[in-house]
Amino acid sequence: MDAAVRPVAPLLVVAGTAFLLLVLDLLPPRGTKRHLGVVALAGVVAALLVTVVLWGREARAFSGMVVLDGFALFFDVVICYAAALVLLLSMDYCGRHGIESGEYYVLVLFSTLGMMLMAHAADLILIFLALELMSLSLYVLAGFFRWRLTGGESAMKYFLLGAFASGFFVYGVALIYGATGSTALERIAAAAGARPPGPLLVVGLGLLLVGFGFKISSVPFHMWAPDVYEGAPTSVAALIATGSKAAGFAALLRVLLSTFKVVQPDWTALLWGVAVLTMTVGNVVAIAQSNVKRMLAYSSVAHVGYVLVGVVAGGALGAGGVLFYLLVYTFTTVGAFGVILLLERGRQEAVNLDDYGGLAESHPVLALVLALFLLSLTGMPPTAGFAGKFYLFGAAVRSGYIWLAVIAVLNSAVAAYYYLRVIVYMYMRDREGVPTGAVPSFAGRLALGIALWGVLQLGVMPAPVLNLAQAAVAPLLR
Amino acid sequence: MSNIVWLIPLFPLLGTLLNALFGRWIDRKAHWVAVPALGCSFLLSCAVFLKVWQGETFTGDLFPWIQAGSFRTSVTALVDPLSAVMLLVVTGVGFLIHVYSVGYMHGDPGYARFFTYLNFFVFSMVMLVLAGNFLVLYVFWEAVGLCSYLLIGFWYTRRSAADAGKKAFIVNRVGDFGFGLGVMYLWVALGTLDYGEVFARIGALSPTTATVIALLLFMGACGKSAQLPLHTWLPDAMEGPTPVSALIHAATMVTAGVYMVARSHALFERSGVALDVVAWVGGITALFAATIALAQTDIKRVLAYSTISQLGYMFAGVGVGAYAAAIFHLVTHAFFKALLFLGAGSVIHAQAGEQDLRKMGGLAPRMMATTVTFLVGAAGLAGLPPFAGFFSKDEILASSYHRGPLALWALLLIGAFLTAVYVFRVVFLAFFGAPRMPKEVAQHVHESPLVMTVPLGVLALLTAVAGAVGIPSAHGMAFARFVSPVFPLPEGVDHGGLSAYALLVLSVVAATAGVLLAWLVYRGRPVRAEAIGRPRNRLHALVLNKYYVDELYDAVFVRPTLRAAGFCARTLDLGVVDGAVNGVGRLVVGWARSMRALQTGYVMNYAMATLAGAVAIVGFLLWR
Amino acid sequence: MVPEAYYTGLSAVLFAIGVVGVLVRRNPLVIFMSIELMLNAANLALVAFGSGLATAEAQVLVFFVMTVAAAEVAVGLAIIVAIFRLRRRLSVDDLSLMRW
Repeated sequence: MDAAVRPVAPLLVVAGTAFLLLVLDLLPPRGTKRHLGVVALAGVVAALLVTVVLWGREARAFSGMVVLDGFALFFDVVICYAAALVLLLSMDYCGRHGIESGEYYVLVLFSTLGMMLMAHAADLILIFLALELMSLSLYVLAGFFRWRLTGGESAMKYFLLGAFASGFFVYGVALIYGATGSTALERIAAAAGARPPGPLLVVGLGLLLVGFGFKISSVPFHMWAPDVYEGAPTSVAALIATGSKAAGFAALLRVLLSTFKVVQPDWTALLWGVAVLTMTVGNVVAIAQSNVKRMLAYSSVAHVGYVLVGVVAGGALGAGGVLFYLLVYTFTTVGAFGVILLLERGRQEAVNLDDYGGLAESHPVLALVLALFLLSLTGMPPTAGFAGKFYLFGAAVRSGYIWLAVIAVLNSAVAAYYYLRVIVYMYMRDREGVPTGAVPSFAGRLALGIALWGVLQLGVMPAPVLNLAQAAVAPLLR
Repeated sequence: MSNIVWLIPLFPLLGTLLNALFGRWIDRKAHWVAVPALGCSFLLSCAVFLKVWQGETFTGDLFPWIQAGSFRTSVTALVDPLSAVMLLVVTGVGFLIHVYSVGYMHGDPGYARFFTYLNFFVFSMVMLVLAGNFLVLYVFWEAVGLCSYLLIGFWYTRRSAADAGKKAFIVNRVGDFGFGLGVMYLWVALGTLDYGEVFARIGALSPTTATVIALLLFMGACGKSAQLPLHTWLPDAMEGPTPVSALIHAATMVTAGVYMVARSHALFERSGVALDVVAWVGGITALFAATIALAQTDIKRVLAYSTISQLGYMFAGVGVGAYAAAIFHLVTHAFFKALLFLGAGSVIHAQAGEQDLRKMGGLAPRMMATTVTFLVGAAGLAGLPPFAGFFSKDEILASSYHRGPLALWALLLIGAFLTAVYVFRVVFLAFFGAPRMPKEVAQHVHESPLVMTVPLGVLALLTAVAGAVGIPSAHGMAFARFVSPVFPLPEGVDHGGLSAYALLVLSVVAATAGVLLAWLVYRGRPVRAEAIGRPRNRLHALVLNKYYVDELYDAVFVRPTLRAAGFCARTLDLGVVDGAVNGVGRLVVGWARSMRALQTGYVMNYAMATLAGAVAIVGFLLWR
Repeated sequence: MVPEAYYTGLSAVLFAIGVVGVLVRRNPLVIFMSIELMLNAANLALVAFGSGLATAEAQVLVFFVMTVAAAEVAVGLAIIVAIFRLRRRLSVDDLSLMRW
């Protein structure tokens, strides 16, 4: 492999597959597009393999705008897992709901490309481009139910608010350029370190944080999330909840840790408050939800709060914990969305809490699997959620943020209420009315199996992956 | 060896998962999963044993498990002669009992559930003996306790079974509390939980610290191995299915305490005092339980008290430093006690669930295979030569004579005599004499199917020949030499007094006298069923009622606790705690409702929130 | 020669107008135009800073931003058209089916 393109090799694989799909889409067979899903999946898996091959290497390309390091590769793995699982879940879901088309898979791949590029980007402008590549694809995907009012509404809200947040982001980039004379992260760091930070730089950082806050859906930039998750196809909601958040955190961590070290006390104090607000609002409002997709949306907001606890804690423990938690969160959340997506009641997706009454009796395996994912979200041992939270909150305690950890633990207790409520419905309520059925889908079951494997594997033996995560953040902390 | 060691627990785990996930469909064929799984484990254990025989040992990490700052621990396996022997016993006896269960549990509605638990138990027990550090030991210590609880309460619709399960759980909790504290203290004192490192650094502990840790650990052993004063749960545990009693409550799990003390003998030796405590608790329990066993009328309860008593022997052996003898007795006990339990199960099975000795009698002609094998087991337990129990028990008796106080030896010798009495009492009452069961039951008495009698035969054979490895020779007994890497061979300390042969003769005489006494009482004259199990005098009443220990605990611990709990529930809980909890709950839900209303659905408001957030962030950063 | 601060001041004003436009207008097209205004404010700021530093780099960045803005237009218009087909009306206040 040519050294010049090596840093972007996993991205090239994904991009190449996407272009291949554009061509294949024009060729027969025309009736079904499922084979395109298989090709897309193969592309993502190949990218994952390339990532594994590249493991441990460090390189830069395109005048230092793109980097290859352990940090980027770890996120490549997280994002590829998210994309692969979502593709598996999409294969028959799209067919069932009449949204199967070549563009769907192409857009999933382009958004995946954007996410991965965010993790590799070492220049604010490139981060912006990657972010837009990801977002524009997701805006369209969110509106794939274009004959439904909710589908259009979901796309429109996501688009308008996303573009609004991008406006802040770009202006932030411009201000930082004005303050430091560059958009390359390294040179910004050097320039910012040379003299005390002026207002231009600080305001620029604040505006960047608005953009990132929107992508990771932290309070108060979270309000789009529940509406978009509800109206978007469930498979897309899963991708938005996992991949785009992971990518947002990748860029956020890189920018904060490697570039804005000078003002670390400032953004740490800021994120302390944002973390508390985010997890509290997410958890409390989730209690009042009766739509499971909306509930998961608020829960995902709350989880962003937990992850921010790790960002605040900082250091190898905190940042490593963030990476580990994002992987855990990806498996768990895709799994939970996956179960929802396989259930239907009266030819509708089973998204209401009532649809889950007595599910343990009619579909014991699916109910058990969903229960395990929910327990992982709650943070019960021996699931991965426990290990992830343990390391995040442990890092906070170690860095002296005792109160933050206490608030996070209290929040987890509140969260148990709404997660366990679903389990109560499945195991202790009787079903009413039309039975909820499960759709037989090999790909879907395979995805659930992989997600479950991840949740249990990372729960029972977290240490090896945690070590990788901690090693991955090491270059940023230097 | 590393590759096959991990496979040993893997197979039962796979069996557990298969039966747990697909039990509904496997159902009647559950044994086709469970039994081969254990068979594989057993064969692998044999392979491991052979390698250890050739002098190999193995220590290895499966994976690093917990890392929290300076606290690091891995899931580690340690295979040395001691764990190799234990592996062989657990998987071997386990395999036979699995086979036996196919016949015994036939037609039970919880068939698949039963094999799920049983396989999970074997998995946990294998991990317990493989464990290479105290934390893994503790985890699987709890796991086998869980299995025990689940299996005692297997027929949970029976109130007595559910109660017995609860009792076992609570009593064990008392012991495990101590065990947990001991493990924590060990970590605080030494900063490691790895066997190798702990025993290498044992000199760094002051004897006092070592005593405290050792006694805390021994508290756990008392609970798990049903030693005084935590023995009360084991007789009640007989509510579980008989194969469970044989596997968990006789052959394997209850010996975990002995294994643990033997494994950490360096720690106990460092303390000295702790070893004496172990020896005396063992000796007293041995005699105490043997007397109770004399008067019980339920065949399984006799065997349960006998187990407690025999475990006492093992602890006495460990306590006087005769580790190899104690572990040897553990092995032979596993054989003959499993045999006795399975034989009893066969009897119970034949009589449609009857466990009362008063309603048995005269079974011998109808159930030859069961009778003969049970007799072998009884001879093994009584310590009649040349059966296995003779060699192992004699070794413990001799060690206690040479290395312990004379009173301890006397306790054990009287215990040996009583052991012979009670076990042959069972033999005579159950298998000989005139039948005392109702006619309709008597007509249906039948020999058990082959799937049950074959394991009996194998165990009888083992009971008959396993003693051979314990025959003392010029080089010491073979078994002691095999485990000598773990337990250094005792130096030939001779305090004078009786010679080895005189001791041997004494213990044979005690056992034979016991058998004769049982013969005189229960065969010399016709047995009147009404006379058994009715108190004849104060002493008999005391023994019959198990020294009123249960009643004592009930009065001192259980009832006051319940009363306190009642007070807490009514006054504190309902009034104060519930009020507070419900109040907070209502508060949060109310909060949720109002915060939800902020999410208006209008893009304007969302954009406004975004702007407000941006202003707040920039403002905050500028203000800083 | 107009001082650089004038340009940056203008860009800040443009940005503020864009933000306010997003907040007060009801027509998604106009909202979208306001967002474009925000992006162009950023472009102006970039060019202004770049001229101050006497490099061409900033002008290259502006091209990137403009390209992205064009892509946003394509996607945004498509979404707006899709919604218009269903509703025959165009106001973001209609878009509140999903809330709470």
